[in-house]
Amino acid sequence: MHWINAVAIFIMIGSGWKIYNDDALFSFLRFPDAIVIGKWAQYGLQWHFFGMWIFVLNGIAYLSYGIVTGRFQQKLFPISVREVFVTVGEALRFRLRHDDLTHYNAVQKALYLGVMLVGILIVISGLTLWKPVQFSELASLFGSFQNIRLVHFFCMAAIVGFIVVHVTLAMLVPQSLVAMVSGGPVIKYEAPSSGSVAPEMKTPH
Amino acid sequence: MAIRTRTPSLFRPRTPIDQGVLTENRKLVDDINRRGLLRGAVSLGALTMLTGCDVSEIDSVQKGLRAVSAWNDGVQQTIFRANHLAPTFNPAQVKKPPRFNAYYPIEDVKPVDGASWSLELAGRIDDKRPWTAQRLYALPEQEIIIRHVCVEGWDYIGQWSGPNLRDFLQRVGADLSAKYVYFICADDYTESIDMPTALHPQTILATKYAGEVIGDPFGYPLRLRTSTKLGYKNAKWIKAIEVSNEFRETYWSERGFNWYAGI
Repeated sequence: MHWINAVAIFIMIGSGWKIYNDDALFSFLRFPDAIVIGKWAQYGLQWHFFGMWIFVLNGIAYLSYGIVTGRFQQKLFPISVREVFVTVGEALRFRLRHDDLTHYNAVQKALYLGVMLVGILIVISGLTLWKPVQFSELASLFGSFQNIRLVHFFCMAAIVGFIVVHVTLAMLVPQSLVAMVSGGPVIKYEAPSSGSVAPEMKTPH
Repeated sequence: MAIRTRTPSLFRPRTPIDQGVLTENRKLVDDINRRGLLRGAVSLGALTMLTGCDVSEIDSVQKGLRAVSAWNDGVQQTIFRANHLAPTFNPAQVKKPPRFNAYYPIEDVKPVDGASWSLELAGRIDDKRPWTAQRLYALPEQEIIIRHVCVEGWDYIGQWSGPNLRDFLQRVGADLSAKYVYFICADDYTESIDMPTALHPQTILATKYAGEVIGDPFGYPLRLRTSTKLGYKNAKWIKAIEVSNEFRETYWSERGFNWYAGI
C-alpha cells in the first residue's frame, strides 16, 4: 500500500502543479514545465482525476486496515510531547538511533499521524473544489472558493515537506529500505506476558 | 531492546519467511551505493521529463485517461442532486463587467447582430419555429446571482437573468426525457449538457447581466448560464438548440477536457 500511495502521490502532485499554473495563487510561484505532469491543461486534469481514485481507494484501504487491526493504536500511540523534543534533540546532535525498525520514535509517530490527517484534509478540500455546489454544505465551511484552493495548496506543501524529510531520513537509515522490500526484520514470538500492552496474537500451531 | 510481539497483520504470513536469502546476500545489499542509486533515480526522472514528448500523448495512455474521464462523467451524474440549489449571493458582490472566457482572446470576439439573429431549434422538439431576439426577450425572466467557476481555478460572482431553460424547453414541446441538450454557437463553439442539468431550477438562457443586456464579449444576444457546471459549459452567442439522445463530443471534450464538468 505504501508504494501504491507513492505512485498516486507522485501523479497527484505533478498534475496538481500543472493545474495550479493555469491560475497561480501566488504571483511569485509557478512550477517549471519540466517538473509538472501533462504538457497541456487537459492532460494535467486527466491525470489528476485518474490519480485521485488510486489515492483515495488506497488511502481508505490503508486507514481501515490500520484502524481495524489495531496497527495504528500499537505503532503510533501514545505520543509523548516530551519525547518528541528529546528525539529532535538527538537527531540534531546526530545521536538518533534507529536500531529497532519495528518501533517508531516520537517524531516519527507525530509525523506519520500528521501526514495522515493532512491526507484526509487534502481529500476533503479536493472534493469540495471539484464539487463546490453538490457539496455546498461542506464547501461553506471553508468560506470562499479561493480559500478551498489555499487549503488544498498548503496540504500539498505539507505533504511535499513530509516527503523531503521522510525520504532523506530513509536514505540515512538504509536498513529501513531493505526492510521495506523484504518485509521487515524477523520478529521473535513472545508469549503475551502479564502486563504486556501489545494486543494478543494467536500463534500458529 | 526488547523484542516486541509482531503487529497483527492480515498480510504477513503466520510463519516467518526464511530470511536466508537476505543473510546470504547481505554483502551485496550493503554494496548498493546509495549515492549511485539516488543519482540514477534522479537522472531517470529527468530523462522522462526532458525528452520533450509527453507520455499523456501516447495513444493508449490517452485512451485510458479518457476512459477514466468518461467514468468520472457517470460518477458525477450519480452525485448530481437535481433540486439542490447552488449558493446565491447579493448584488453588492457582483463583478462588473464579468470576467471574459473563450477559446480565443477578447479582441477576437465577433459581435452578433441582434436584429438579424434568430434562435434555431432542432432535434426532439415539437415546435421548431425559430425565435427572434424580440420574442425571446419578451419571455418571463429569472434572475440568479451565482458563482462562475473556471476549470483554471478562478471564480467570480455574476448576476444573470433570462428565461428559465426548463420553462423554455416545455414551451417549445421538447422531449424532456431525452438525454442531451446541445448548443451551437455563432463562433463555431459547441457545447452540450445532460437533461437533468438542463432542467435544474438554476439553469437559464441568459439575456442580461446585472440588469442590462449582455455585452458582446459575454454572449449577446443569448447564452447559457447554469449554476452546476464549470465556466466552459456555459455556451455563449447561441444560435441553435438541439435536443437529442445521441452523444457527440463538444469543443472542449474533443480536446480532452471532461465532458460532464459538473461542480
